[in-house]
Amino acid sequence: MARDSQAALVALNRFGFGARGGASGDLINAASDPRGFVKAELGRPNGVLLEAPGLQSTPQLGQAVFAYQDQVKQAREAAKAAAPTEAPPQAPADQKPDTKLRRNLSLNAVMTDIAGQMADAKPADNMAKPDTMQPNAATPPAAKPAPQPLNVIQKTFRAEALARLQRATLVECGFTERLVVFWSNHFCISANKGELARMWAGAFEREAVRPHVLGRFADMLKAVEQHPAMLFFLDNQQSLGPDSRAGQNRKRGLNENLAREIMELHTLGVGGGYTQEDVTSLARIITGWTFAGRQGQLGVPGSFVFNTNAHQPGPQVLLGKTYAPTGLAQGEAALADIARHPSTANFIATKFVRHFVADDPPAVLVARLRDVFVRTDGDLRALATALVDSDEAWKAPLTKMRSPYDFLVASGRLLARVPEDPSAYLNNLNLLGQPLWSPAGPNGFPDTSAAWAAPEGMKLRLDIAAQMGARLGNNIDPLDLLEFAAADAASIETRRTVERAESRQQALALLLMSPEMQRR
Amino acid sequence: MDCVENRLITSRRGLLLGGASFAAWAYLPKFARAADGRDPRLIVVILRGALDGLSTVAPIGDPDYAGLHGSIALTADGAHPAIMLDTFFALHPAMPEFARMYRDMHAAVIHAVATPYRDRSHFDGQDVLESGYAGPGRVQSGWLNRALEALPRGERVSSGLAVGPTTPLVLRGAAPTVGWAPVALPQADDDTAMRLVDLYRHRDPALASALSQGLQLEKAASGDDMKPKPGNAAMQMRQVARGAAKLMGADDGPRIAALAFDGWDTHANEGGPVGRLAFLLGGLDGALAEFESGLGDRWRDTVVVVATEFGRTARINGTDGTDHGTGTIALLAGGAVKGGRVISDWPGLKLANLYEGRDLKPTTDLRSVIKGVLQGQFGLSDRVLAETVFPDSAAARPMKGLVA
Repeated sequence: MARDSQAALVALNRFGFGARGGASGDLINAASDPRGFVKAELGRPNGVLLEAPGLQSTPQLGQAVFAYQDQVKQAREAAKAAAPTEAPPQAPADQKPDTKLRRNLSLNAVMTDIAGQMADAKPADNMAKPDTMQPNAATPPAAKPAPQPLNVIQKTFRAEALARLQRATLVECGFTERLVVFWSNHFCISANKGELARMWAGAFEREAVRPHVLGRFADMLKAVEQHPAMLFFLDNQQSLGPDSRAGQNRKRGLNENLAREIMELHTLGVGGGYTQEDVTSLARIITGWTFAGRQGQLGVPGSFVFNTNAHQPGPQVLLGKTYAPTGLAQGEAALADIARHPSTANFIATKFVRHFVADDPPAVLVARLRDVFVRTDGDLRALATALVDSDEAWKAPLTKMRSPYDFLVASGRLLARVPEDPSAYLNNLNLLGQPLWSPAGPNGFPDTSAAWAAPEGMKLRLDIAAQMGARLGNNIDPLDLLEFAAADAASIETRRTVERAESRQQALALLLMSPEMQRR
Repeated sequence: MDCVENRLITSRRGLLLGGASFAAWAYLPKFARAADGRDPRLIVVILRGALDGLSTVAPIGDPDYAGLHGSIALTADGAHPAIMLDTFFALHPAMPEFARMYRDMHAAVIHAVATPYRDRSHFDGQDVLESGYAGPGRVQSGWLNRALEALPRGERVSSGLAVGPTTPLVLRGAAPTVGWAPVALPQADDDTAMRLVDLYRHRDPALASALSQGLQLEKAASGDDMKPKPGNAAMQMRQVARGAAKLMGADDGPRIAALAFDGWDTHANEGGPVGRLAFLLGGLDGALAEFESGLGDRWRDTVVVVATEFGRTARINGTDGTDHGTGTIALLAGGAVKGGRVISDWPGLKLANLYEGRDLKPTTDLRSVIKGVLQGQFGLSDRVLAETVFPDSAAARPMKGLVA
């Protein structure tokens, strides 16, 4: 049975988001048929889509941003107009009662008094609510002024984050959700680019990534590069063909940003056989790929449009092939060819194996997945299936480090807590250096153990685990959780460390930090 | 009794939201002993991890003590002499505030005490200590909550105050509680970090090295670790106590509170007059002082009970620490305590007198001590204490005369 538990650990941790606690029986189910457990999700392509009440389409969201920006502008102008006559409301002088004069304080006053300095009232947590993991994060402080209401962009971002987190917490194995995270990071945008990017970050993943995670790479590539979020993130909406009508009328011209990243980061990879000429050429080819602005001259505001006026006319040579001037179809043909380029197959197979198996990916497995990618014309379900069917993926030791996102989701799953508010997750992701949908550059978050097992990161993980322990340890049996998480695949040392902890709180913190929970 | 329930709910909301509803709440708690003008308060401090009672209140008059406790034994002389409480027992030098309260007759020690639990699992031991049941496995409610519930109708104290990120088991149950925790979240304590580094050393050297470095960076950033500073365990104890005392000091504040301090599981490098345990005891001592000053006039009617799940071995182990044991101490502090004494039916530390040949033998049932405090403070009857608060505990009679 020991071997089965070990395989179950691979099934759940290498491929999924870790075992769920409670009555899920994940580890037992995975142990009885580890491959089948992982592959079950691949047979449900519709299960990858994410639709939740209130999540809107990219044009709707874009229009909401335009409206919000108009409001802010109007308010600012109104304030400016009023400024000369009306002084801004003066903050009242410090009216805090002098506590020394009032010996018989009411509790209310005390709460008010200490809230600002150090205290925070919260409901007694007799039966732990399935809400946030961070102590005190859920309840507004007793006497602080009401926080600024969230604007539509913040609200949207949080709703998108919550939907994603809830899905990740609830799914059985989590393999397809892990695939979503992988592809979303491969084709990343950053919410920090601006208001539109923040607004669109979740929709981008829902609309451009999820439908193709078990589909064809070429389709995902096209969906991603034509998505307004990507066009905004990598500046293509500003790029004008030098000889296009718009290019001739204005001082602006070509912007190579998106074209370069398509080849360098999304498909061929550095050294994938393209030149600067090819970058420029692809940049020309995709001029005119943009989204309709707030005026809607080009189409529905916030939707992808091909702007002929900005498109560089004429044929273009890319990677040795000439593409006739067919407008939008010119770029689509170019992307379709890049998608099935041998360098792309190699680049994707390597990155895929590095993510799921080892920082130093086994060459045999990479070669096999590359062949599958080529043979199936980039069928991503076939790629995922080949990975799960390989022996290498099951034999390689669990040396990869869970990313902060994996770690937090796996912890939430083990504790059987479906988030009702994303704040704790978002805060902890920021703290641990993986702010949701906001990598520092277009190459996405790092994917090596060294990046995530850094000294400061480990210290912070421990602090977060200790907080979860302090908040949730009261109501759990840590040894039960260890059974859910690893059963007899847990090392003797981990079991002993959890058993010998001085309190349930400490036991939970140590369990969450154990190699069984950190490695995948 | 609907109206009573409504008031309680109102009170809870009021405390939570700090809104006007609380100020408008006309109900003031009355107590069983309100007739004599007292307004009693009770604070229960749980020390999680099992406190070494023999190092906190050392029986230096016992001829076997020094040999058993070896390198970490306290002495009446030297650079850091223990504080003599009588001719036999001496207090750890890290606790001058408790010593002062003791001299002022407002602090007492009960020695060779234990819950009815006789195994050595922290989790089960804490369950027994906090649930008030005779054995482990009952975690629905705690004895302090049932004591709250048992107070006479219409004379209820307001909600119990649960200090910390969650309600400790001792205060969990049907009676209403409110929660409070300092906003500055504690970092993982050193003990937890050391245990994790140890696990990593055996199982995952790369993580051991990363985490060790991370912890050292942290230390370097915050300076000497054994000095009270924001964020360390001793400072946190003070901070928590200060906040709780402020809440309880209000006219309409909670009369009853429970909190837990962690880190007492001193298997290695426990230290003697200075060192790790000394550091923690200094924090506890500081917390008691914060209760005293924060409660002001109310301190007169207050009892603080300090208890732990079990004690530690009488003989030190091979790593200058102590392992899980049985008998230990309980501390009482507060203006309402009839103090200035160490209450003990001392069993002696001769090998034949040790429990299972290794632990201080318990001669006093901790439930008797707590029952004595609950009776003295709130007038709960023997029957309620023996059946409801501590089920099946009739044999553990309430200790008399603990409360002035």
